[in-house]
Amino acid sequence: MRKAKDWLPGFLLVLPSIILIGVFVYWLIFRNVSTSLDRTVTRASKRVTNPGGLENYTKLLGSDDYQHALFNLLVLTVVFVAGTMVFGLLWAVLLEKGVNAEGIFRSVYLLPMAISFIAAGIVWRWLLSPGKGDQAVGLNQLLAMVGLERFQSGWWQSPSAFSMAAMALPAIWQLSGYVMALFLAGFRGISEDQREAARIDGASEWQVYRHVLFPQLSPIALSALIIVGHMSMKMFDLIYAIAGQNSYKASVPATMMWTQMFQQNNPTAAAANATILLVLVAIVVVPYLMYTNKTEKETRG
Amino acid sequence: MTATTNEVVPAGAAMGGEPIPSRVSTGKAPGTEGTAVGRTVRYALLVLFLVLILLPLYVLIVTSLKRSADVTASQAWSLPTSLSFDGWKSAWDSLSPPLFRSLILATSVAVLSAMLGSVNGFVFSKWRFPGATTVFTLFLFGMFIPYQAVMIPLQGMLLAVQSTPGFSWFDGIVKLIAVHLIFGIPICSLIFRNYYATALPTEILEAAKVDGAGLLRTFRSVVLPISMPAFVVTMIWQFTSAWNDFLFALFLTNRNNGPVTYALNELAGGQNPDYPSIMAGVLLASLPTLLVYIVLGRYFIGGLMSGSVK
Amino acid sequence: MRNRAVATLAMAGVVSVALAACGSTSDNTATGGSTPGGGASTSLQTKAGGAGGDVGVFTWWAAGSEKKGLDALEALFKEKYPNDKFVNLAVAGGAGSNAKAKLASDLQNNQPPDSFQGHAGAELADYIDASQIEPVNDVIQALGGESVFPKNLLDRLTVDGNIYSVPSNIHRANVVWANVAVLKKAGVNQPPKDIKSWIADMDKIKASGVSTPLSVSGTWTQVQLFENVLIADLGADKYNGLFKGDTKWDSPEVKAAAADYKKLLSYTNTASDGDDWPVATDMVIDGKAAYNVMGDWAVAEFADKGKKQDQDWTWFPTPGTDGVFDFLADSFTLPKGAKNPGGTKDWLMLIGSAEGQKAFNLAKGSIPARTDVPKTDFPPYQQAAMDAFKSNTIVSSIAHGAAVSLAWNADISSAISKFYSSKDDATLVSDLAAAAKKNLG
Repeated sequence: MRKAKDWLPGFLLVLPSIILIGVFVYWLIFRNVSTSLDRTVTRASKRVTNPGGLENYTKLLGSDDYQHALFNLLVLTVVFVAGTMVFGLLWAVLLEKGVNAEGIFRSVYLLPMAISFIAAGIVWRWLLSPGKGDQAVGLNQLLAMVGLERFQSGWWQSPSAFSMAAMALPAIWQLSGYVMALFLAGFRGISEDQREAARIDGASEWQVYRHVLFPQLSPIALSALIIVGHMSMKMFDLIYAIAGQNSYKASVPATMMWTQMFQQNNPTAAAANATILLVLVAIVVVPYLMYTNKTEKETRG
Repeated sequence: MTATTNEVVPAGAAMGGEPIPSRVSTGKAPGTEGTAVGRTVRYALLVLFLVLILLPLYVLIVTSLKRSADVTASQAWSLPTSLSFDGWKSAWDSLSPPLFRSLILATSVAVLSAMLGSVNGFVFSKWRFPGATTVFTLFLFGMFIPYQAVMIPLQGMLLAVQSTPGFSWFDGIVKLIAVHLIFGIPICSLIFRNYYATALPTEILEAAKVDGAGLLRTFRSVVLPISMPAFVVTMIWQFTSAWNDFLFALFLTNRNNGPVTYALNELAGGQNPDYPSIMAGVLLASLPTLLVYIVLGRYFIGGLMSGSVK
Repeated sequence: MRNRAVATLAMAGVVSVALAACGSTSDNTATGGSTPGGGASTSLQTKAGGAGGDVGVFTWWAAGSEKKGLDALEALFKEKYPNDKFVNLAVAGGAGSNAKAKLASDLQNNQPPDSFQGHAGAELADYIDASQIEPVNDVIQALGGESVFPKNLLDRLTVDGNIYSVPSNIHRANVVWANVAVLKKAGVNQPPKDIKSWIADMDKIKASGVSTPLSVSGTWTQVQLFENVLIADLGADKYNGLFKGDTKWDSPEVKAAAADYKKLLSYTNTASDGDDWPVATDMVIDGKAAYNVMGDWAVAEFADKGKKQDQDWTWFPTPGTDGVFDFLADSFTLPKGAKNPGGTKDWLMLIGSAEGQKAFNLAKGSIPARTDVPKTDFPPYQQAAMDAFKSNTIVSSIAHGAAVSLAWNADISSAISKFYSSKDDATLVSDLAAAAKKNLG
């Protein structure tokens, strides 16, 4: 055990951050949870709007609208994460050995991230217009112009239950570049010796990727997964910019939270909603944290 | 030219901030790896994706150069029939006052966050204290709080600070800087922590300790000089985050002391939207961040690597 | 160094939060010389030239003709009340939803603006319930009361004998805008008299080659279309009863209206929930649709695109609603705890004055709430609207916050959005009935 005077300076340096996080994050989380357990009645007729306690949670989780929102979130997250990972990895693979004008490709792929979600939403709202045939605009119109008219779709407003997948398109457009950057840096950190050794052993390029490179990239993949996944869960401004508020088709817990809080005057339900989201996010994040703790303990010895 | 090497330049260590080479050297000229067919396919794919990525940007640019009366949904793919810069003019008029405030906001947030993150990162990774792992885990978990649920109490807390005697200056951009700084602590600490875990050999720290250096002196003379890549990565992330934020700006400031996202929203939110100005405004508001990316893009690749490998 | 500054900030933050948490949720009573809100009409004491100080005015009028209107008011305010300083606190976006969210937070944190814009009618109910705004009976009386504002309108703004806001402008939401050329080509010469004949006309238009006779866009425009059908099929009285509980939302009349709405939607384009309203109006302008049901801010869109009334476009009240004026109004309030209530009263007096209403409405394209503003300077559509407002039966708009509270509106909008993709009118009716049950009392 180290002597106190040894680690104390370090602790003191981090203390301000600890206090700030404690006050501005954990105190707010605590308040949020306590609000979510309130029992509320309407002012005039004393009708119960929130029964109080855990029943607030069961009421929310049991409602059709919330379940629909959760399903949308699942579809959105899966497609969003898969899309960014696939494109990010693909672009990194295409660029990692070095190409002419790599800087240009890299910058262009990163460009969408510079545009705020709200601003991008304005363009994507039009791109994802559901009109088909002679009403087609946006992507549908473009598809018709290149002869791919049969791929026209209602996008996120198509009758399918999985329509929310289309809402992942703008998000993929914006964030694949960042995932690419992660993987690209990772590729460049693996020494060429390992590739050479595998090639000497008779491995094809594909096998080099599969057996030498990809396994070493798994920590990066995990970070990207976590970062993109949590962004998907918190996303509401992009959806609002594209679908407006009160859209049934595009509803996810994060948008419902805004409605509950600022339109329905129901901070209790909004707080329960937020806590459920926080728990869901924790489920995704806790494995990552346990994994990194484990591997780091090992390297520290 | 020079003899080929199979050496990989280690991430950041003793480099004093140069970007890592953009590819490992294998003795061949760039772009000549692999077969001719393979190369063609690769370039074709790269260009295809380039075009796809640029599609929405094309619409933004083209619409911004049209006259307001010429903008209809069905004609949006077409080039302007008559070029007009009215959109750009009105966007500039609306956006230029707060642009400067946004610059101050994003730059301060970027620099301050990086400084705070580097100190935290160093302590969490190398210097450590009992319970450091638990505290760090709690920091990361705190990253995931959905902000819209806590905006009202957050505003209340910040107003309480503002109304304590002597703190009346805690408003507008200053308030936003504080908020982005606070909520950026987890990710900035994460980036630096993982970077130091890779790039800072414990032997050098031991050597400094043997020389009698305390925490601050070690930090100043040993750690900071090799931290450039992590600084750049953190600054880029926080710059983007502060520049594009609207949620905090909406609740904590108003149009007279707020950042450019306020003005952009005003442009976009009227009852009769003027699309050329909106598109021009979006482009204008994205330009500074774009510039930051392009200029620092090479550092971005180098720095991120050390934040995440392991 | 910087670390110490951060630590100080943290300490200050902790201490302040502790103090705030320990302290009671203090309900700020208005300070300064504010006339207590109440029924008794003491004559309004205003200082010549204005009470002085900043007057922070909170609206969502941040762009376009709305901003022009606000600018006109600001100029007039400077002229009439030189002691006061106008501070523009506008927040744009989402047809006021961003503004309403920020306002909610400001009010809960005891940081009210000196006056804020709200849709007159039920949307103010939440603020009244939470005691966040004060009655302004004295201002209304000083402006002329019932002799200048229609009784019908004042009734809709009165809660328990008190009026809580001063209306600045009126828009009409039951107007059909039509393309003259398309109608001519299809041989449609008269405005139809009810929904059934309207549908028959739409068949004619379809036969003449226009595949989408009716255009519609985002969710709230769909709600607006639906409310028009409700007014047409239920009549003004039963429609009004919907919001008091007298008319049931699952009554046969509403079911019939839902069926009519569904039929109308079969003549429309494929709309997107998030589309701006001009997308639909532009379809009429371009000849891709014959009809668009929209509020009368649409006039500005026709003007912007260079179209002339009677030559290129025409208008008529939604079939079945002739003689009914489906109103929505913007109005301004006196928040409780406003820092400069004297300045607020100055602003309210300006809003409600004939001169102020004329200047504002000419710029914005709406019509004054006062009936004594001469119509001579107004464009032709506005003149007709002003006449209609004086003589028609006034009902409240759902989509624009006059008939229902924000929460009820959110529920209705969600149900309409759901219906748009499912086209299941039985579910629509039951969703609406559930929303009414939830929100009525």
